[in-house]
Amino acid sequence: MPATILETKPRPFIPTPVDPVSLDIIENALRNARVEMDATLFRTALSPGIREQGDAFPMIADPKGRMVVGQFGSFLQGFLTRYDGEIEEGDVILLNDPYSCDGAISHTSDQLVIMPIHHDGRLVAWGAMFGHMTDVGGKVPGSLPTDASSIFEEGMRLPPVKLYRKGVLQEDILRIATHQSRMPEWYRADLIAIVAACRVAARRLIEMCERFGDDQVNSAMNHLLDRNRRAMQFLIGQAIGEEPVFFEDYICDDGKGAGPFKIKCSMWREGDRVILDFEGTDPQSDSSINFYLNENMFKMFFGIYMIMVFDPQILFNDGFYDLVDVRIPEGSLLKPKFPAALSCRTHALGRIFDVLGALLGQKQPDFLCAAGFSSSPHLMYSGFHPDGEWFQLFQIGFGGIPGRFLGDGADGHSLWPGFTNVPNEFLERYFPLRIEKYECAIDSGGAGLNRGGNGINMVYHFLENGTISIHDDRWFVPPWGVNGGQPGARSWKRLVKANGQNIPLGSKMDRVIVEKGDELHYVTWGGGGWGDALERDPELVGLEVRGGLISVDGARAYGVICDHEGSVDQAATHQLRQTLKSKRRPLQVFEFGPGLDQLRVSCLADTGLPAPVQPVWRARNRDKIAAQ
Amino acid sequence: MTYRLGVDVGGTFTDFLLFHEANGQTWRGKTPSTPHDPSIAVVEGTKQICEAAGISPSDIHVFLHGTTVATNAVLEGKGGVVGLIVTEGYRHIMQVARSYVPGGLAAWIIWPKPTPMALLENTVEIRGRIDAQGQEVRPLDEANIRAELAKLKARGVHALTICLMNSYLNGTHEKRVGEIAVEVFGTQMPISLSHEILPEMYEYERTLTTVANSAMRPVVGKYVRNLKTELSKMGMHGHVSLLRSDGGLMSAQAAELKPVNLLMSGPAGGVAGAIFVARNAGFKNILTLDVGGTSTDVALIEHGEPRLQRTTEVAHLSVRASSLDVRTVGAGGGSIAHVPELTKALRVGPQSAGAMPGPACYGRGGSEATVSDANLVLGYLPEVLLGGRMKLDKAAAIAAVQKIADAMGVDLMEAARGIIDIVNENMFGALRMISVQQGYDPREFALMGFGGAGSLHSNAVAKLMGSWPVIVPISPGVLCAAGDATTRSRAETARSFSKRRSQTSDAEVYRTLSEMADQAKSALETDGIPQGEISLKFEIDVRYYGQGFEVPMPVVLADFKSGGIQKLASAFDEEHRRLFTFNMETEHELVNLRCVALGKALELPTAPIAQGNGDPSAARVADHKMWVDGGWQDGAIYDRAKLRAGDQLTGPAIITEMDSTALVLPGCVAKVDKLGNILINPA
Repeated sequence: MPATILETKPRPFIPTPVDPVSLDIIENALRNARVEMDATLFRTALSPGIREQGDAFPMIADPKGRMVVGQFGSFLQGFLTRYDGEIEEGDVILLNDPYSCDGAISHTSDQLVIMPIHHDGRLVAWGAMFGHMTDVGGKVPGSLPTDASSIFEEGMRLPPVKLYRKGVLQEDILRIATHQSRMPEWYRADLIAIVAACRVAARRLIEMCERFGDDQVNSAMNHLLDRNRRAMQFLIGQAIGEEPVFFEDYICDDGKGAGPFKIKCSMWREGDRVILDFEGTDPQSDSSINFYLNENMFKMFFGIYMIMVFDPQILFNDGFYDLVDVRIPEGSLLKPKFPAALSCRTHALGRIFDVLGALLGQKQPDFLCAAGFSSSPHLMYSGFHPDGEWFQLFQIGFGGIPGRFLGDGADGHSLWPGFTNVPNEFLERYFPLRIEKYECAIDSGGAGLNRGGNGINMVYHFLENGTISIHDDRWFVPPWGVNGGQPGARSWKRLVKANGQNIPLGSKMDRVIVEKGDELHYVTWGGGGWGDALERDPELVGLEVRGGLISVDGARAYGVICDHEGSVDQAATHQLRQTLKSKRRPLQVFEFGPGLDQLRVSCLADTGLPAPVQPVWRARNRDKIAAQ
Repeated sequence: MTYRLGVDVGGTFTDFLLFHEANGQTWRGKTPSTPHDPSIAVVEGTKQICEAAGISPSDIHVFLHGTTVATNAVLEGKGGVVGLIVTEGYRHIMQVARSYVPGGLAAWIIWPKPTPMALLENTVEIRGRIDAQGQEVRPLDEANIRAELAKLKARGVHALTICLMNSYLNGTHEKRVGEIAVEVFGTQMPISLSHEILPEMYEYERTLTTVANSAMRPVVGKYVRNLKTELSKMGMHGHVSLLRSDGGLMSAQAAELKPVNLLMSGPAGGVAGAIFVARNAGFKNILTLDVGGTSTDVALIEHGEPRLQRTTEVAHLSVRASSLDVRTVGAGGGSIAHVPELTKALRVGPQSAGAMPGPACYGRGGSEATVSDANLVLGYLPEVLLGGRMKLDKAAAIAAVQKIADAMGVDLMEAARGIIDIVNENMFGALRMISVQQGYDPREFALMGFGGAGSLHSNAVAKLMGSWPVIVPISPGVLCAAGDATTRSRAETARSFSKRRSQTSDAEVYRTLSEMADQAKSALETDGIPQGEISLKFEIDVRYYGQGFEVPMPVVLADFKSGGIQKLASAFDEEHRRLFTFNMETEHELVNLRCVALGKALELPTAPIAQGNGDPSAARVADHKMWVDGGWQDGAIYDRAKLRAGDQLTGPAIITEMDSTALVLPGCVAKVDKLGNILINPA
């Protein structure tokens, strides 16, 4: 049963003509409101995950719940169709159960706040925002247990509840929610900050209604939605063929030794509609790497990738949703059945961007980018300060930006919008650790005419005993290159004990005990390369050798012979390039590296870790496998 | 006889304002700027204004100067080549930066990868480590340092930055490396130590700020030395001060050492000038709107004090140095209007026609519609500018705007109006950022437009903001020079404190602030300011423990003899509620302490203009039609030079002067005050 919206003076919106200038003005006012939401949140939140790294996303929607400004598409559709209560002016909804909102948020760590915005007795808009909380309880600090086999192990699970009822804070709800967290002070502050950000949206929307009139604002939102639809309709016709293209990529493992897991997507156009079909994607996992992918969210990703190059100033919205049909098989990794565990969905979330980029670029390989949008690596470190106070770090790392048609990928940068790293002096000041190394992982970017960005090589020196969790991927299947560019290097982790013992760690681990004096080497993947590496300017390669981005040996992948100071031997370089060119196979649009079979064979030697074993599906998915 | 000379170097003109300190008499001057060597125009104009005033350059005892020389070094990438020395393990600190990619989802696809300001090949690592408590973990290795410095020497760098981990807590390693660097490079090498330039946590920001300082030192040093030589050749031996980004003055010597504080010197002059004009006109709360050719700067002044911010942003560079909170939007007279085919939206800027070719109406080959073209089409700009020296090409403006009209499917006037509405809206957006979004009510502020086109837009923007009156200041063209001449000396000391309330005491804060006060005072005394004229202000950045942003709170030293922290905490709670609508139970943290030493404030009077009888008709030079509220209306053009105090006129009207035009909208009344400022209010 859908949500019931209560209004004190309900009446339909009267469509009014909106001149183009007012439309642009309202567009800008909406954009500014969103920027202000971010600013309010970042300035008041407490957890480093939100305030330093920006792991939170705002949105403003029209009365029907369609996003008019935001990034991840509307968070509202699933909630509005499933919530069986009434919504009144002054209510603020809080939820964190992905199953209660069709995956608009995709793990319990994300708290979603939804605020109806009323003006003059009727609903004129919605403000909403979700943010990743450092801890929502559950079996491990950080609430992202890799080995969870159901969502009940992943901490608190809130259905939509009213945090505010008619403007009055429901203290009991806040108290219950806060109580579940290992970091209650952060949870409470971050949540209040998200509510404050939504209030900013509400204030701005009400101001706009007073300036332009409710009907005008509503009509303008419709126009903005329609403008996107027209633009997307045009682009879809241009860029997407009727002949299906497909692409598949992998999540390396599930943290329990099984893997890799395939994500497959096909794309084609029927008339002016585009179909994105995930048929062929592997069934859901027993662990928590499942990603409950909301269809609308994927439409949004698709749309943004399409339009980025054409009018980056556009305010992107939901208007084109009926032009896109997303099909995700039930029970698959991307649409797991309740109560599948979801907490470690970040790898699949990242990976679908690689898949999307590969699909869209197939028709125009020049505009293709390489792989590297692989996940967002996390580190958790928790324990007790000497004075007995609990500490808990949740940190997001970054890898290499893929090689692009525009040029090299940046080294150690974020593919997520708005994310920044945590300054190391901050980490050292507030947590018992020292960062002994924070540099680009040399040679990790895939060689290419445009080099893939290097990953990060970060060395944590622990100053207190504690436990750590690691969340990363791309340790087994490398990030592919394009147009002849080479794959980027894979990620790896090592724990070097104070006694010198050197222990390879998996990319997904919980409850790893660390002692004072231990050093963790946390190395992320590099972006894939773009174009023929043998065409890259040798002097540039030499400069990068000097700068520590490429090693003398690594330069040979570019056919460049140089010394440690980056001084290039022109003759030897010319000769090496000739030799390499004559021996190699023709360049491929996609360069995947050695292939799964070979990767399995050499896994232990390459990584110090056993190869993941082919997943075995649980009984409830067997029918599906049999049908294939 | 003592005179002060304010000089502001702009992109097109260098402006001069000479004050007689005793009686407030002023002289104004303007010479074309000489961008290849700005000091030429400075010297030339100084000669001219001295002649006009009948004085000798030796009569000028204070020379006050706002300059964009540092800004341009950044914008044009002409700073010195910087060698960077960092802690082992951190050589890529500038390459990785904060890992931030601007823009939304997928923006990485089109984001140009930046080149760090200190190149990787000029960055070296040294051994030795200080921890987060300021204790030495590993000692320096002098042989290692010398070897690494030798590499930089071979690279031929122009300046050095030394930035080591946690040096904000303990600068001894940086100091020692600096000493060795002097041995290796000699005393002429400009060396900047990060704990001296920015003694604050966050290694990337501290490195970047210090590297920016290093990059500007060769350029600014050369400029300042040339200028002083040239001025002294003509007999001017007075004190030379430069305007800092935070609106205060610093000596030429201090500027040479810390040029990073000059990055916003230019815009700061405008704000300082606005404060000067506003104070004399009797206004304390002002929003400023400085509209140039490519961009608009806005600032907020409350109780006669501009808002400060802890960062300075120039183009893509964002450094931690105090500056006036001046926000810039890419909307100016030269901003180009365009209609993307895909979305059919009307966009104005950020691309600008610049000075060449300039707007279509300049007749220099520009054919794209700009804001100036729309203003001309609508009749807001007269066809003749600069007192008759420049004639605008109206036909070209119409042709350019018509292209926009066709792309949008509307008529000419609607397109022109649309361009102006959008650019006004962009300015409105910038003003909202510094007012509403900071918790200020714009209705409590007057709006002052200046710069070439500020007064063309200020009336319309005031209507959107509800900020009245609109102030059209006297001589808007030399407002920056007036600011340079009338602001006061300033020195700042800052210290990273980072202590929770339970970890510190009133006594500790009192002791620390007192030490800092001594440092700040001695900096001004070194600059020749007598001790008796120095006043002190204190500020503490406060946040709830764990927050990422601080709120700067003004404090009084004496309060910390007893109960100061309690008082500070309550004041912070109140400010936090005002800014963000809520408070927290979390403990307060005192993050940074700052002390500002200020020279004496000048009480410079302004001379009144001749009194009129209220009737402006003597100044009315022509009838003029203007497109307002969807149709043509009859208005008039007035010559500002002929307006008298007390004169009153009603819109629609335009008031022209040498280098500026003011627009008075229908339904508004403009009145000339006794000093010659024009105040516009709703009728």
